[in-house]
Amino acid sequence: MVLLKCPVCGGDVQVDDNALPGEVIEHECGALLEVYMKDGKLALRVAEQIGEDWGE
Amino acid sequence: MRLGVAYDVLRWEERDLFSEARKLGYDVRPLYIKDYADLVGNSIGENLDAVIQRGVSHSRALISTTLLESQGLRVFNDSLTLVRCENKAITLSLLVKSGVNIPRTAIAFSKEKALEIARKLGYPVVIKPIEGSWGRMVAKAVDDDSLYSLMEYQDYTTSQFRTAYVIQEFVRKPDRDIRIFVIGDEAPVGIYRVNKANWKTNTALGAKAEPLKIDPELRELAMKVKDVIGGFFLGIDVFEDPDRGYVVNEVNGVPEYKNTVRVNNFNVSGFLLKKLAEVIKK
Repeated sequence: MVLLKCPVCGGDVQVDDNALPGEVIEHECGALLEVYMKDGKLALRVAEQIGEDWGE
Repeated sequence: MRLGVAYDVLRWEERDLFSEARKLGYDVRPLYIKDYADLVGNSIGENLDAVIQRGVSHSRALISTTLLESQGLRVFNDSLTLVRCENKAITLSLLVKSGVNIPRTAIAFSKEKALEIARKLGYPVVIKPIEGSWGRMVAKAVDDDSLYSLMEYQDYTTSQFRTAYVIQEFVRKPDRDIRIFVIGDEAPVGIYRVNKANWKTNTALGAKAEPLKIDPELRELAMKVKDVIGGFFLGIDVFEDPDRGYVVNEVNGVPEYKNTVRVNNFNVSGFLLKKLAEVIKK
């Protein structure tokens, strides 16, 4: 597991070593977070809101 | 097979594709398109036999497919299929030209003409965005007043097609519609999407999935739609009209299938991956 910080509340977030970019995690503070790669390492950012062009 | 899966949000379907591809011994490469940035024409550096497009954002899916195709990669579904699916005016025009029954649908470029044609269709009518999904902004107008207001709401969206009004008859379907999947050259599975509380039968809006009994007419219709729209993997939405029988409402180029797998106990990812291997070998 990788220990990351929630970009909203600053709390700890445990992320699986094998997590892939695009995974969405709901943090205990209520924030929806998205895994992405920053400088070759797993990182977290606030998940994108559902867009007007999202769907099937 | 070396397989890329292009995606932007990792949903159940994408995870299942990765898992099933590995079970089949495929070398599967996740392609996270959201953070993609490169010169047009530059290769992504992967010698892939095929890419499955799974982008949830229509614009990202279409553009990334085009970029991957420009590198000589085979993407499923291809960019032209995505265009034909995403724009309802294009989808319905192609279908009706080929003799496929669709809901009576009008497109107007002014509110006045939209009101005129809605009166001809007869209220209630349905107004929907020319591009959209999950039932978003699909609304029922019961009279001129409500239709006018709904068009005004559309005017203030950011859609590039906001001044094209899609006005459709309200099909008196039962409390359900049909989602049938085409995978390669077969239509193996589908669901009824049942909603007794809401005329909109999108599972995204709470419709319940039930196993679909695919009769020969429905199977033939699905394959005809595939012939018209193209592509490899399609989710076709069909209404059961009391007078005309099956009418095709829309075609989805990046269909979701979690509920289909669950209620049918049918391995959509596995079936799709095996069919894809057949296509690649040809």
